[in-house]
Amino acid sequence: MLHRFLIALAVVALAAGPSAAEISDGVIKIGVLNDQSSLYADLTGQGSVLAARMAVEDYGAAAKGLKVEIIFADHQNKPDVGSAVARQWYDADKVDVIVDVPNSGVALAVNQITRDKGKAFLVSGAASSDLTGKACSPNTIHWTYDTWALANGTGNAIVKTGGDSWFFITADYAFGLALERDVEAVVLKNGGKVLGRVRHPLNTADFSSFLLQAQASKAKIIGLANAGGDTTNAIKQAAEFGLVKGGQNLAGLLVFITDVHALGLPTAQGLIFTETFYWDMNDKTRAFAKKFADRNRGIHPTMIHAGVYASVLHYLKAVEALKSDEGTKVIEKMKATPTDDLLFGKGSIRADGRKIHPAYLFEVKKPNESKGPWDYYKLRATIPAEQAFRPVDQGDCPLVKK
Amino acid sequence: MIPILGIPPQALFGQLLIGLINGSFYALLSLGLAVIFGLLNIINFTHGAQYMMGAFVAWFLLQYAGLGYWWALLIAPIVVGGLGILLERVMLKRLYGLDHLYGLLLTFGLALIIQGLFRNQFGSSGQPYTLPAQLTGGQNLGFMFLPNYRAWVIGFSLTICLGTWFVI
Repeated sequence: MLHRFLIALAVVALAAGPSAAEISDGVIKIGVLNDQSSLYADLTGQGSVLAARMAVEDYGAAAKGLKVEIIFADHQNKPDVGSAVARQWYDADKVDVIVDVPNSGVALAVNQITRDKGKAFLVSGAASSDLTGKACSPNTIHWTYDTWALANGTGNAIVKTGGDSWFFITADYAFGLALERDVEAVVLKNGGKVLGRVRHPLNTADFSSFLLQAQASKAKIIGLANAGGDTTNAIKQAAEFGLVKGGQNLAGLLVFITDVHALGLPTAQGLIFTETFYWDMNDKTRAFAKKFADRNRGIHPTMIHAGVYASVLHYLKAVEALKSDEGTKVIEKMKATPTDDLLFGKGSIRADGRKIHPAYLFEVKKPNESKGPWDYYKLRATIPAEQAFRPVDQGDCPLVKK
Repeated sequence: MIPILGIPPQALFGQLLIGLINGSFYALLSLGLAVIFGLLNIINFTHGAQYMMGAFVAWFLLQYAGLGYWWALLIAPIVVGGLGILLERVMLKRLYGLDHLYGLLLTFGLALIIQGLFRNQFGSSGQPYTLPAQLTGGQNLGFMFLPNYRAWVIGFSLTICLGTWFVI
């Protein structure tokens, strides 16, 4: 692969008001760390930078006298690169909060560094439920979704409609393994069985060998415990190899709207999956999506972009209330304050760092049901907030008093 | 069935055939690179990016001109070949007298630029492309399901490679 070690800095220079004395260096510095160039770039990438920027604008930070800077970097899906950027940001560049960080491997590393440095970490892109479980931290909030919620939503729905034998095609790193583990637990709990599994490296172009094994397993459901470009490649090639025509069904365990757009409705129709945000839910989300897409080459916001927007907004509220940007205190304040934003509505944040809001089970529309590009989902079921995420006492998070 | 080398024959034949398919893809992909290096002594790092542009020409033709796969198979190589000629005339030609490393640097840089431009414009998720009706579906070979498109790629790749061999 080509070596691009670029740390591009984009500075949103907002009109500098008189800065509060307790804000470190007078500036709230937000670092968006994600995949800027590879398989997760469309569903996180520059869209997340834009979402953070829009949150700062919509909050009216400048008018309130808060000076906010946003910078971003590409972690190339490598935990070592991500860790190096996080350390440099905290130690040298005076970054106060890191947001997004898709790729659970990188996020778990940044989670630990943030804790050691006493800063703040707002996760939107990463999925591993360990971030609010064994690895939970007083400096981390996990906003948008997690592997437990995906398993609970999609896994349950599929097992209950007769998909009781599974074969997993899993991305071989922290995220895929966590997703496979959480879905397997749901399948077994509902009386289903897992016939086999195969692991593929992150960013795989050719799935034919894995699909062949899935086909030979005769499992009714082939669970794709991967994301982004891996998921779309697997789905396209599964169609080519006739898996669905042969009577097997695909379960995309984590699918984003950008993936559906890349697949096209003829291939994606009928897929069922769980998300916590869809742009076409109400007037507020539609208005946000329009503004967002206009500034993002027409690409509509994924739930990760929405999570970056909402978490940055809530962060700024806490900083303003505290008049301080000291990481541990801000996260404590964020947990103590009920959340309210345009995209996720009213919600709350638990002691383990888990943001609580409803999740939705969507089905991809048939081509003739869609009014045009980006009109892709129909709502199958709403999972109420209190059922959408893992109960707080089951995550083994040391921060939760038993 | 009796396992061969400890592997069930179904899995073994399946993986062998997949190896053949992927080999065909790679042969097609690298043929141009080998020919250009062999005949012109240019280490063309832009080759991959040009291959990608070929795919995009096919996609543009379908998206904006309504021309399907078969037309694209004819037009895309001509368009990308034309761009190649332009590249050679405008830039590479000036480097013939110099060390190979200069050509390598130039083509490597161009590859980065082209990739970056396309990624910026079209994102990293890929674009959907429908296969022509003649190549959809597939054959059940007993040990695996062979998509018609991949069978076609094996045939096409063999024809092109052998053709190149006998012509040169």
